[in-house]
Amino acid sequence: MATGRGAAAEACVGQVVLPGDVLLLPAHPDEDGERLRLGAGVAPRGRLLCGPGLRRCVAGLLVTKCGLLRHRPAGDGAAAGGAYWVDSQQKRYVPVKGDHVIGIVTAKAGDLFKLDVGGSEQASLSYLAFEGATKRNRPNVQVGDLIYGQFLVANKDMEPEMVCIDSSGRSSGMGIIGQDGFLFKVSLGLIRKLLAPKCEIIQELSQLYPFELVLGMNGRIWVKAKTVQQTLIIVNILEACEYMTAEQRKQALAKLSGN
Amino acid sequence: FMQRGLDAQTKKQLEEEEKKIISEERWYLDLPDLKEKESFIIEERSFMPCEDLLYGRMSFKGFNPEIEKLMIQMNSRCKQEEIEVDDKMEADVSDEEMARRYETLVGTIGKKFLRKRDQRVLQAEDEDGSSNTRPSKKAKKKFLKPQD
Repeated sequence: MATGRGAAAEACVGQVVLPGDVLLLPAHPDEDGERLRLGAGVAPRGRLLCGPGLRRCVAGLLVTKCGLLRHRPAGDGAAAGGAYWVDSQQKRYVPVKGDHVIGIVTAKAGDLFKLDVGGSEQASLSYLAFEGATKRNRPNVQVGDLIYGQFLVANKDMEPEMVCIDSSGRSSGMGIIGQDGFLFKVSLGLIRKLLAPKCEIIQELSQLYPFELVLGMNGRIWVKAKTVQQTLIIVNILEACEYMTAEQRKQALAKLSGN
Repeated sequence: FMQRGLDAQTKKQLEEEEKKIISEERWYLDLPDLKEKESFIIEERSFMPCEDLLYGRMSFKGFNPEIEKLMIQMNSRCKQEEIEVDDKMEADVSDEEMARRYETLVGTIGKKFLRKRDQRVLQAEDEDGSSNTRPSKKAKKKFLKPQD
């Protein structure tokens, strides 16, 4: 199944890659580890982050999803040493540990809630996984409620588990999402675009009216504004902006703020 | 089994025999030890660390003030590399009150635990009337710097 020699990873950044492509990384430091390489500009590298759509293989990185290859150069923080990932588009969500998602409560089974998160299985949520919950002080969760939480366990072999507190025991915004508002589904790529650090769409929308927004990584968005009409306007803009260019979006918003 | 009656020696012998039996029966891999390569690549299935995504709950123009506070907290946490010391927590007791308490309380209770000699010194201080000046004769002599 050899498709020939792989291409250098750095050369493919920003280009379309297909599953089965092998990306070669620049030469690794010596296996020995003890021998320090003396030379200008060779600092000990941090670990390279191999993101979604890529897997490690003997020669380098193996692509498992089709899309554009992205690269983030080395910097401080989570991805010291740089990161490579494939920017792909899909609508179906696969639970991943650590992701914050919006789930709909479908069943209450004793001490456990079953949530629909859009994956192949329903996620489970224990009633003790809320801030300030004890055996006597149970959270008031009904079937049909919306919950914003993160995955504690999410792999292909087990049922996903969610929690609504973080590692220090505080809820930090997670938990039951309040009354009213509107929930709708978009593709996963749009969610990532909206959550990017400097998103123009969100910035432009925030100039319009006061509103509240919850974005789940499973493609679900919940919006609440003061009136039903404003809510629906925001919903329509968010759904349409996936396929609109920046110009069209600005025109649409200009019309609205004029009204 | 029957451990009370056995001596230490016989115990050791029994243990050795058991170990021999076990090690013969246990299966082990006949392969050479694999050298564990230190990998420089971490696999990650989530998009969060790759793209530095913001926190999912947002509120604009004061619709939900708690979430706006949370937004500032979360997003500044992502950007920072070091963890900054938190701003002053809202204290039950104000700083001024604390200072006053310390002045009056700490000194008085501290006196209880001084040794007798030091207590006498303190009494002399109080009699002098000024708490700042040190009675030069009785207190410990401070190191005098030689004048150039």
